[in-house]
Amino acid sequence: MLKMPELDQAVLGRRSELAAGLRRIIDPEAVIADNDALKAYETDGLTAYKQTPMIVALPSTTAEVAEILKLCSAGGVKVVPRGAGTSLSGGALPLGDGVLLGLAKFNRILDIDYANRCAVVQPGVTNLAITQAVEAQGFYYAPDPSSQIACTIGGNVAENSGGIHCLKYGVTTNNILGLEMVLVNGDVIRLGGRHLDSEGYDLMGVMTGSEGLLGVITEVTVRLLKRPETARALLIGFPSNERAGDCVAKVIAGGIIPAGMEMMDRYAIHAAEEFCHPGYPLDAEALLIVELDGPAVEVDHLVERVRTIADDAGAESVRISESEAERMAFWAGRKAAFPAVGRISPDYYCMDGTIPRGKLPIVLARMAELSTKYGLRLANVFHAGDGNLHPLILYDANQPGELERAEDFGADILRLCVEVGGVLTGEHGVGVEKRDLMGIMFNEDDLNHQQRLKCAFDPDGYLNPGKVFPTLHRCAELGRMHIHDGQVPFPDIPRF
Amino acid sequence: MENSFKPANADQLHDIIGWAAAEETSLDVIGSGTKQGLGRPSQSECLLDLSDLTGITSYEPEELVLQAAAGTPVADIERAVAERDQQLAFEPADYGPLFGAAADSGSIGGVFACNLSGPRRIMAGAARDHLLGAKAVSGRGERFKSGGQVVKNVTGYDLCKLLAGSYGTLAAIHDVTMKVMPAPEKVRTVLVLGLDDAAAVGLLGEAAASGFDLSGLAHLPREISGYSSVSYVAEADASVTALRLEGPAPSVEHRCEEVKKWVAARAPVEELHRHNSIALWREVRDITAFAADPWSSHSIWRLSVPPASGADVVRKIAETLTARWLFDWAGGLVWLACDTAPADDVAPIRAAVAGVGGHATLVRATADARAAVPVFQPQSPALADLSRRVKENFDPEGILNPGRMYSEV
Repeated sequence: MLKMPELDQAVLGRRSELAAGLRRIIDPEAVIADNDALKAYETDGLTAYKQTPMIVALPSTTAEVAEILKLCSAGGVKVVPRGAGTSLSGGALPLGDGVLLGLAKFNRILDIDYANRCAVVQPGVTNLAITQAVEAQGFYYAPDPSSQIACTIGGNVAENSGGIHCLKYGVTTNNILGLEMVLVNGDVIRLGGRHLDSEGYDLMGVMTGSEGLLGVITEVTVRLLKRPETARALLIGFPSNERAGDCVAKVIAGGIIPAGMEMMDRYAIHAAEEFCHPGYPLDAEALLIVELDGPAVEVDHLVERVRTIADDAGAESVRISESEAERMAFWAGRKAAFPAVGRISPDYYCMDGTIPRGKLPIVLARMAELSTKYGLRLANVFHAGDGNLHPLILYDANQPGELERAEDFGADILRLCVEVGGVLTGEHGVGVEKRDLMGIMFNEDDLNHQQRLKCAFDPDGYLNPGKVFPTLHRCAELGRMHIHDGQVPFPDIPRF
Repeated sequence: MENSFKPANADQLHDIIGWAAAEETSLDVIGSGTKQGLGRPSQSECLLDLSDLTGITSYEPEELVLQAAAGTPVADIERAVAERDQQLAFEPADYGPLFGAAADSGSIGGVFACNLSGPRRIMAGAARDHLLGAKAVSGRGERFKSGGQVVKNVTGYDLCKLLAGSYGTLAAIHDVTMKVMPAPEKVRTVLVLGLDDAAAVGLLGEAAASGFDLSGLAHLPREISGYSSVSYVAEADASVTALRLEGPAPSVEHRCEEVKKWVAARAPVEELHRHNSIALWREVRDITAFAADPWSSHSIWRLSVPPASGADVVRKIAETLTARWLFDWAGGLVWLACDTAPADDVAPIRAAVAGVGGHATLVRATADARAAVPVFQPQSPALADLSRRVKENFDPEGILNPGRMYSEV
């Protein structure tokens, strides 16, 4: 299990004083210091890790957030921001000596600006609520993480969330126009707006995906897109993973960017079919769902092209949705893949590496070997279009040692992803989960430059410590330069 | 300048910046130098020329990923991807000719360092959205990388975003990995003739919110359209509002007919096919009108504003300034050419932008004017402080392009 920063006993000793200070800033009811009530906040979507926070504060305004951050940083108190707590990497895991800053009360949509095709929302608004607010006018917000009913837009920005449609429509960072945030020193900063491309350094770009370590987001301006005229899906069964992978590559090489392109392996197909009976081909080794959206003429044309590519790649079965109900039915199994696997196993551990698509057959074969080695079953669902894998490791937390085995198995999968040219996380974030694996992908200089960004935002490291970085260096230590004694060590470099 | 360095590889680049950091010697970092006139004037002692760091190091069309040394000419990359029916979807703009450089001579590192995107920005995203990975040497003289070689990645802070648009003030980028996308099979452009600015920007906004999937939405007032190399545009003798359609052939043909039907009731309509479409959108992308007479000596401003307010912003500015302009990004990008001194232009331009939110950049002006007038939109004190701290952390001695963006950055 991961080691979190040591508890600061001096801070813990000032707990009631701090709670009183917070109650002077916000509604006293919105400060939770009662041990039973605090339990509700002890974990996020990465439920293997639990930690009761010292205090929970639930502010309602940007000014309150600024005051809270000033109070905490002046008192040397750590702060963990939290949206809905759906993080799968432990990004919102509380600290025993820290304040958990919940943004749940920031739940209003402030403005919908159809003329500029954007909406200004508070960070606690759920992802799906944005789309629901604008769908009557034919618009939607594109990124659609699977937790979109519950997850908040502020959390989406912090994690740079993706979804099944991101190959065509991008992830969070490609779909936001503006941010308001509060730095740990209380400075309120606005970035971007309703126009494109923030000027100066792209700090909105670095805030997105910064996992709550740089600032607290208090307002988000998102881009709204017009809902495509139509969408159709193909459900394609293959006799092998190689052939499915080949089909994916040929679709892309054929110049087609599907709205979604998902793949499931045999185990996931069977689990989904047993769970909700979507009519998946049970004799297939791999299943692809390819969705095309846009003007109807274009969609019909591309559906036929994908069908031809699939046939050439050796598909055993192809079904094409002829109605919206049928399209939704194709998706039902894929969308229920996690609960379906949850039904056949007491626990599962969801991984999130990305690999170059062409390495898929190799990676699947190596994962099968690892599955045998660790004696744990594996079900695979992927965002095949962008190479983002979600292997689900099945285990039973009540069996001594199984959680640790599952974690070791998962770490080996992520090492494998990096080894073949991929990355540790495609959309779930590093959090605490992959923190100690960062060294596989980045050397010390790489990590130090990331931490220098942290030093510009939060020099004392009060915001969400213990996440993302295996070791958080003190900024003063990082600041030293390696001096070369001033000689000119490069006589061979051409000059002109 | 006292000295110029032209590293042949990343190791040499590392040595030079390490030496410069130790000696506190400032460096003007350039790729092929086509945009040296963009930003505040150079205050550096030495030139660091990355134009020998060239070559595509890997290109995997099926992975939608291409990696190249930063000094590689954009034109080389566009040629390589075109051979595989792919493209850089953000449509890298070539500002070189605006500054008197030859067309197609800019480097890919320069495009990302300045975050230059063309008309397809509204649909496909900006340059920064397509930079997947970067290797660089920071002002500390240390090498680092960020991002990766895959299209979806949230591992660690997204320093690629920080480097994109940082004008070489934080690190010298020597290697970039970018996303490539399929090139459209067919391209057409519908031209709507004779609309005034307000009607045109209104039409562009409606078009952007339509289901027509338009990949370019621009408006050239009559004073500009006459300078196009495309005869249908130049000879229209009217303003030209352009709507671009791209995609599979049956889709483009169908949508083109639908768009024409949709706008025909309002104004006369023309249609451009592939060759003319490509020529027109290239002119919009590179603002070629302002590179040539009668505007070649005008100062040029670039405004990014909420798209629906583009025409209003220009109307306000035109109340006090003599200017010519054109619109891209459905009204959200305004290019202004002014024949007055930037010192006189800056107040009304920034006031008009402040009214709606956005930013105005003085893209082309004399070095004296760019030293006297804030080239980039001034920042709030808290944001300026944060930007300065970012600079200090990556370049504590202030040796990389000092003062290029702001006097203190």
